[in-house]
Amino acid sequence: MSDGLDYFNESHHILRRTVARFVEREIKPYVNEWEEAEEFPRELYRKAAEVGLLGVPYPVEWSGFEADVFHEVVVTEELIRSGSGGVAAGLNSHHIALPPIVALGTQEQKERFIPPVLRGEKIAALAITEPGGGSDVAAIRTRAVRDGDHYIVNGSKTMITSGVRADQVTLAVRTGGPGHKGVSLLVVDTHTPGFSVSKKLRKMGWRPSDTGELAFQDLRVPVENLLGEEGMGFYGIMHNFQKERLHLCVIANATAQLALEESLKYAKVREAFGRTLSGFQVTRHKLVDMATLVEVSREFTYRVAARIQAGENAVKEISMAKIFSTQVCDKVCFDAVQIHGGYGYMREYLVERLFRDSRILSIGGGTSEIMKEIISKMML
Amino acid sequence: MKSLVCLKQVPDTETQIKVNPEGTGIVTEGIKHIINPYDEFSVEEALRLKEKFKEGEVVILAIGPDRATESIRTALAMGADRGIHVNDPAVNTADPFAVAQALAAAAKDVQYDVIFCGHRAIDDDFCEVGAMLAEFLGLPQVTLVTKVEVAADKKSAILERDIEGGKETVEVPLPCVVTSQKGLNEPRYASLPGIMKAKKKPIDAKNAAALGVSVEAKLQSKEYSMPPERKAGKKIEGLEPPDAAKQVVQALRNEAKII
Ligand SMILES: Cc1cc2nc3c(=O)[nH]c(=O)nc-3n(C[C@H](O)[C@H](O)[C@H](O)COP(=O)(O)OP(=O)(O)OC[C@H]3O[C@@H](n4cnc5c(N)ncnc54)[C@H](O)[C@@H]3O)c2cc1C
Repeated sequence: MSDGLDYFNESHHILRRTVARFVEREIKPYVNEWEEAEEFPRELYRKAAEVGLLGVPYPVEWSGFEADVFHEVVVTEELIRSGSGGVAAGLNSHHIALPPIVALGTQEQKERFIPPVLRGEKIAALAITEPGGGSDVAAIRTRAVRDGDHYIVNGSKTMITSGVRADQVTLAVRTGGPGHKGVSLLVVDTHTPGFSVSKKLRKMGWRPSDTGELAFQDLRVPVENLLGEEGMGFYGIMHNFQKERLHLCVIANATAQLALEESLKYAKVREAFGRTLSGFQVTRHKLVDMATLVEVSREFTYRVAARIQAGENAVKEISMAKIFSTQVCDKVCFDAVQIHGGYGYMREYLVERLFRDSRILSIGGGTSEIMKEIISKMML
Repeated sequence: MKSLVCLKQVPDTETQIKVNPEGTGIVTEGIKHIINPYDEFSVEEALRLKEKFKEGEVVILAIGPDRATESIRTALAMGADRGIHVNDPAVNTADPFAVAQALAAAAKDVQYDVIFCGHRAIDDDFCEVGAMLAEFLGLPQVTLVTKVEVAADKKSAILERDIEGGKETVEVPLPCVVTSQKGLNEPRYASLPGIMKAKKKPIDAKNAAALGVSVEAKLQSKEYSMPPERKAGKKIEGLEPPDAAKQVVQALRNEAKII
């Protein structure tokens, strides 16, 4: 993979090697097993934490690793090179669960909720999506009613990454009237009575990451677990969307890159009609098209990452990058399977998994349609 | 316990090496570099010794161009204390004799109980520097070491080394030069907190003049060439398996001369 020369410096290179080695030793040898089992061992969180992987980019005093956006890019890119988007998604569920705590939490809350997760002792999840709807965040229905120094929560959430195993859930609830002003965020200890996992969901891709449906029945959450003030939840959620989308772009580009590499290798060895696939102009050109798309998409994502790093508002561009990179990933993975012929449809071949793992990327973290709604509002 | 670790930056084992058109070296553009894997064992062992004795220092000494700082910094991120970077065009690409001269000169300013070298660097494969360095410094050396036990008084060490088909255990007075072999240990990761700390650790840059050495290379490399391309394999087709097997055996015996 060609590093954008301007974006990565020495510390990024060292970090890349560390993550690559971690992936090589601790993930790659087991990926097939975990994909089949639709789970990876809890132990992996602790191992990743020991190397400091979970702590990018949180402050040192919370067991973190102060870093810039490109350190985050490096970690995500190298985790994807394990060949399992699912492991990466599961291991990184705290990257969506913790930012609202960073944005809205008090010092005391941050100290209580963040370090155990970065040390790999607790698994954290973010729960917004409900069976009734995901795109329309402002319409959530899970209710939290104040009762003395507790909130009593009733409702349900679905498709929550790490939801089945989470020890701690950053939960979007309705404390007020309709619309986004009535949304608040609570941090819930999942070992509290009234919290239950109603289902572990089975998925097309991202198989090793657990995805859960959650139910809350008279779940009592202490008032001191409210993030910010009542009604600030929507802001807390929106705050991290740029970063979440950036990660999805990076995942898309890295997944496409892997599919391209697999295809290049395969085209050089597989023979048909007396020559290798790379001996056919149509294959060579297809590979060039794939490589071009990946290159362009990655460069654009890096550019947007640099703008986010510089503190600029890049909502429009990151939304564009998400649409573009996830489309590129779909297309490149599709073509990778095509180049592999029937073998591309077989579990033994990595591209089969990449093709499935790609499909979520234009849906999760805001669908492409929602991205277009955001962009069009800013354009027109 | 004080260790001086000699470290070389080498091309990544996973990069494809190509000889440049003039045949004077390899194409360096676009290739990635890593710490020579044997030197990584050295770094790890030095760190373990410091941890075991709960005192001391691990100093990294590397010769190479600007990019070599990344490898030094990686060793610092693993936990080493400071680095010395000899960066001088006259030495960077010199032969093992000159390299060992420069290392010996740099080592004079460092306190150490042991000097670690990799038993070889995976790029040039000379396997000479450790031995020459020991000679220049007048120190005993033990090669191909897979286990290190330092006595409590740090005056001697029991070392296990690879020999053909087995192991040899030797005792050596300290200080000495140890060359590391695969199996010595499993190097740790440059952890993220380590990477952060390494940013502030000092790396001393030196050239040949500052070391007071005038290097005199003994070897002149004449030409680099790639191994001949493998010839296409031979297919034995259209025969029943027993006959095909016979043909294969014939070919292995008469043509390949393997059996
Ligand atoms: C593997 C996986 C992991 C997930 N992890 C999490 C998690 O950890 N936490 C969490 O809270 N959620 C999670 N989700 C849920 C995800 O965020 C939602 O699936 C997503 O936001 C879409 O919501 P939805 O599924 O309800 O689709 P809907 O909102 O019902 O949308 C259905 C279709 O309608 C389109 N649509 C909706 N509104 C509009 C509009 N205004 N204009 C045009 N088209 C529109 C959508 O684009 C989509 O094509 C996860 C989902 C998956 C599949």
